Amino acid sequence: MHLQMIEIKNISKSYSEIKALDNIALHIEEGKLFGLIGPDGAGKTTLFRILTTLLIPDRGTATLMNLDTVTDYKKIRRQIGYMPGRFSLYSDLSVQENLEFFAQVFNTTIESNFEMIRDIYVLLEPFKKRKARDLSGGMKQKLALCCALIHKPKILFLDEPTFGVDPVSRKEFWDNLKKLQKTDNITTVVSTPYMDEAALCDEVALIQKGKILAVDTPGNISKKFSHKLFEVKTNNNYKTLLFLRKMDRIHSAFMFGNSIHLTLNNANEVTGLTTELTANNFEFSIKNIEPNIEDTFMELMQKE
Amino acid sequence: MRTFLAFIKKEFKHIFRDKRTLLILFGMPIIQVLLFGFAITTEIKDGKMAILDLAKNRMSQQYISKITSSGYFILKENLKNYSEIEKSFKRGSIKIALVIPEKFAENLGNTNSSVVQVIADASDPNMATMLTSYLSGITNSFAIEKRLVPEVPIKIESKMLYNPENKSVFMFVPGVMTIILMLVSAMMTSITVAREKEIGTMEILLVSPLKPAIIIIGKVLPYLVLSLINAFTILMLGFLVFGMPMEGSRILLFLEILLFIVTSLSLGILISTIAQSQQTAMMMSLMGLMLPTILLSGFIFPIESMPRILQILSNVIPAKWFIIIIKSIMLKGVGIRVVWKETLILAGTSLLFILMTIKKFKIRME
Repeated sequence: MHLQMIEIKNISKSYSEIKALDNIALHIEEGKLFGLIGPDGAGKTTLFRILTTLLIPDRGTATLMNLDTVTDYKKIRRQIGYMPGRFSLYSDLSVQENLEFFAQVFNTTIESNFEMIRDIYVLLEPFKKRKARDLSGGMKQKLALCCALIHKPKILFLDEPTFGVDPVSRKEFWDNLKKLQKTDNITTVVSTPYMDEAALCDEVALIQKGKILAVDTPGNISKKFSHKLFEVKTNNNYKTLLFLRKMDRIHSAFMFGNSIHLTLNNANEVTGLTTELTANNFEFSIKNIEPNIEDTFMELMQKE
Repeated sequence: MRTFLAFIKKEFKHIFRDKRTLLILFGMPIIQVLLFGFAITTEIKDGKMAILDLAKNRMSQQYISKITSSGYFILKENLKNYSEIEKSFKRGSIKIALVIPEKFAENLGNTNSSVVQVIADASDPNMATMLTSYLSGITNSFAIEKRLVPEVPIKIESKMLYNPENKSVFMFVPGVMTIILMLVSAMMTSITVAREKEIGTMEILLVSPLKPAIIIIGKVLPYLVLSLINAFTILMLGFLVFGMPMEGSRILLFLEILLFIVTSLSLGILISTIAQSQQTAMMMSLMGLMLPTILLSGFIFPIESMPRILQILSNVIPAKWFIIIIKSIMLKGVGIRVVWKETLILAGTSLLFILMTIKKFKIRME
């Protein structure tokens, strides 16, 4: 039986006319790595700010460790770590100074919580005298994570932590998160626009225009896909896509990296499709594939 | 307490690592005082002058040497005829011209008067007025000296109290100090808070267990110290370079300066609770504080000669009261019994700003 760390009940939040969050409900168990997946402007940051007690929701309540985000904000602030969307560091302070400052702000020292950040810090150590503004994106991100972890938080909120970071650093970062989860049993809520990162979470919520489209394990989310999925590879993707979208038998067709993912109104019509494409002088290959989270997300978004 | 010290330390690092901040903090006060003290002055010294002496007699020679030896005028050109006057003005080589008529002071016996003509370049009206009045002053005393006119029954014996030599630097040192303190305290603090909002560290600070009071005091204290250093530098320059007098109590002066710094700081913090970016904070402080301070504090333009509405408006400018206070203390040597009203106004304003800040400071974001 897992403890409920975060309980979000029917939260709504609007900025003047724009509805940023619309009746959101979620619960996140202790020790989980929870992913909030959605495009820019979906409401991820707003939800983070409500959970980190920085914003008051218009309607609904949220509790962290049974503490209310509005009334018990002081107690909550001591037990959470937050890494805002931009790596919020003091660019004119060195790596060491940034870390020291945030440790002191939380009334602790680097030494007393060093165990927690050791793995990440060893990578930063050679640059500890360097000013934060002179660090690479990946280094900045690691430093920001260290700063958010320095006071041993019970819950870690990471708002788009891999934004603008190179693929190698991204992978390292996720390895670190996994490790933290295992060794320190930290509950982590992480938001990302990257679907490939969603698969690394224990549980994900797909969010779009302030509404939650689905909450489940990444595997189960992929299974929610309701059609048979085909991957088409051609020498001219764009032209093919335009052609495909005009066809009646096509249910949906999207560009997916260097191929096209498509579903048919009737999966048996695949032979009809191939004949038609060949008749129109397209060079292509087509095969049946397993849907991933992104496919599901695209489908769910279309239904909305 | 340890947290607080860490915060202060961080704040000082920000200040000392930013060249632009340092320049504003320490370069500007010195440059401003020297600029105002030496370059921008309302005193008359070496007014450029041309004389067309048509008399060329002993009396006119004595008259001219009386003028040139006063120190207020410097004889640039000896003209030969009327047409040269305008040429000289147009060249800009002179500010004032004097025409001494033929037979100057010779026919006094008959007509009992002699007319000299003074022509001034009024494209700079203040200068023109002052030069003419200085020149007529010299002419009058020359006339009396030479017994050309009988002793006037009523004589004005004027004495310039507190600033006998009419030195404008006595006005500029308090004025510059006021502006610098306002700039350092109000503008710099509002910018530094806005900067934290801009780079997003404010979000982390808010989420941390730091109390808002610690954040505010931590932001304010370094600038309080630096402002005091600035005030000290400006006063020292005033004393050593310009010979400012210091008639009143030093402790009172120090306390009044401290009070004004607190007023400015509270204003800066108030601005920062409203401004979301450094740019807004800077515009608000510059347009909302600096301009009214310079224009309405009585530093450059005398309040008494302003339109009624501006006179009333000048009462809400804290700088106006501060200038009155320091001039009273430094030049007149008065004590708190004379400036208690102005002091109370400053203290009240600070309190009002602080209360407004506490009310407006957000423990959350909007």
